Amino acid sequence: MAEQNEESWRKSPGLFAALLSAPTMFMFAFLLAPLAIIWGYSFGRNQGLTDIVVDGTFANYAHALNPLYLSILVKSFLFAVVTTVICLLVGFPVALAITFARPSTKPWLLLLIMLPFWTNLLIRTYALMAVLRTQGYVNGLLGFLWSLLAHLLSALHLGRLGAFAPLDLLYNNFAVILGLVYVQLPFMVLPLYSAMDRLDRSLLEASLDLGAGHLRTILQIVAPLAMPGIASGVMVTLIPSLGAFLTPELLGGVDSQMIANVIERQFKSANDWPFGAALSFLLMYMTFAAIALQALLGSRRRAA
Amino acid sequence: MTVRGDSRPKPGPLDYLSRWPLRLWVGATTLFLYAPLLTLIVFSFNQSRRNIVWRGFTLDYYVMVLQDASLLTAFANSLVIAAVSTALSLCLGAATALLLWRFRFPFKPALEGALSLPIVVPEICMGVALLVFFTKVVPWPTNLPWPLNLGAIIIAHVSFSFSFVASVVRARLASFNREEEEAARDLGASEWRTIIDVIVPHMRPALFAGGLLAFTLSLDDFVITFFTSGPDTITFPVKVFSMIRFSVTPEVNAASTLLIVITVALTAIGLRLQGADAGRDGHTG
Repeated sequence: MAEQNEESWRKSPGLFAALLSAPTMFMFAFLLAPLAIIWGYSFGRNQGLTDIVVDGTFANYAHALNPLYLSILVKSFLFAVVTTVICLLVGFPVALAITFARPSTKPWLLLLIMLPFWTNLLIRTYALMAVLRTQGYVNGLLGFLWSLLAHLLSALHLGRLGAFAPLDLLYNNFAVILGLVYVQLPFMVLPLYSAMDRLDRSLLEASLDLGAGHLRTILQIVAPLAMPGIASGVMVTLIPSLGAFLTPELLGGVDSQMIANVIERQFKSANDWPFGAALSFLLMYMTFAAIALQALLGSRRRAA
Repeated sequence: MTVRGDSRPKPGPLDYLSRWPLRLWVGATTLFLYAPLLTLIVFSFNQSRRNIVWRGFTLDYYVMVLQDASLLTAFANSLVIAAVSTALSLCLGAATALLLWRFRFPFKPALEGALSLPIVVPEICMGVALLVFFTKVVPWPTNLPWPLNLGAIIIAHVSFSFSFVASVVRARLASFNREEEEAARDLGASEWRTIIDVIVPHMRPALFAGGLLAFTLSLDDFVITFFTSGPDTITFPVKVFSMIRFSVTPEVNAASTLLIVITVALTAIGLRLQGADAGRDGHTG
């Protein structure tokens, strides 16, 4: 439809040149050039303190595959996958409930899910720190319940409880995954909702009328029909989780570093830019591979 | 459409929200999403420095935030960066949208692909790429007077936000009726006049929406700014990051609450403007 409006650039070359020049020059200078430069650096090595020579070496990529860094790459991927699976499991019922809610409540439920997504990522992560830390609200609540229980037990002469030992909820892998789920959940719910909202409801009613239970209807009718939405929800959760920097930086411990933290260290404190550049491009290749895989599966689904 | 009678209809088999397990599920998810943010806001008004016991209402921490010179400088930096990068993103984004909507040309798919890069490329990669660019290739002079020293950050923000503006504006242009443009040309308007007087007014709601999107993206950005900012060019999120790295304090709660209020208000205004425009179009068109 929109294509019919398009005309060849030869019809008004002046306007075409005017519109083309500024954006392409900007993109070449400040988007493509910086990315191309670190791509080049990823095949280079440090010489002296400040110089980098690009001599086409693959040493940085080889370095990235040594067990220490390989385990961080694998761990980042696992964190992203676990986060995506949890978001899908938590988000699917929520999206289902919103889809079939009354028309009057629907916009409010959507707003309810969207609102936290408008607040700053940094602040959401900080809010989670306050909840999880040793003197945080979760431990405060548990400590309170513990002391109630201790009073109750000593009042009934059933023995004594020791002092409450706060749980270590922050600075570990658990906190990183919880944090990633916390920031990514709205991204998962919205595409799921928009896919399910387009479903033909008579199919669901038919399935229920023919005696399938709700669970079976959801698994065998709703889920396959909503597959494009599930796929895009998985993508928009998986990709940002894979490259997450703030969440592991603020909530993670020593052993919960992800790729982005290693990249940051190479550029800021370790000062090994070629290696950092190689890691950045490994992250980009992983991202592009995920997108290509989705496109491939999508076209196969349409063909089938 | 079913007509609803006076009595409340019995929930249909698909009205999943009326079933208690799903209600519980949605309720628990909402609690999970909101409890941390609400406690953060509530405890910014707490008299006790220990963040966990409520000791009464106070505005002390807001006064402290508003007297903290380095926080205020960071906030002023953020506002200037957001305003300038929004203006630049609007110009570049609108031009790109118009170009892609209007013309057929070689390498168009390549341009569209490059345009989607900021959405696809992980933030950390964009951040380090711009860090390298602004230290090695085009070192941004450090001794420039304010606000010129913010130039590198402004360019970095434009580089990720203008493609969002372009996609919002392009979506809006799809609903433009080319006959209006032809009428203007037939009546003797030049190509530029037609764009200024006919096409730009049609774009206006998308320009508002895209502008607010660019503004909030810039105000909120941490990762890319973290890599392009220097000791004299701290933005609000970067400042907050350095404050929260090791401790949770009521001052940070107060500063965060202010930022939450600002971004939520801006986004709500943006949605309202868009909604109001959509409503008006519905009536006239």
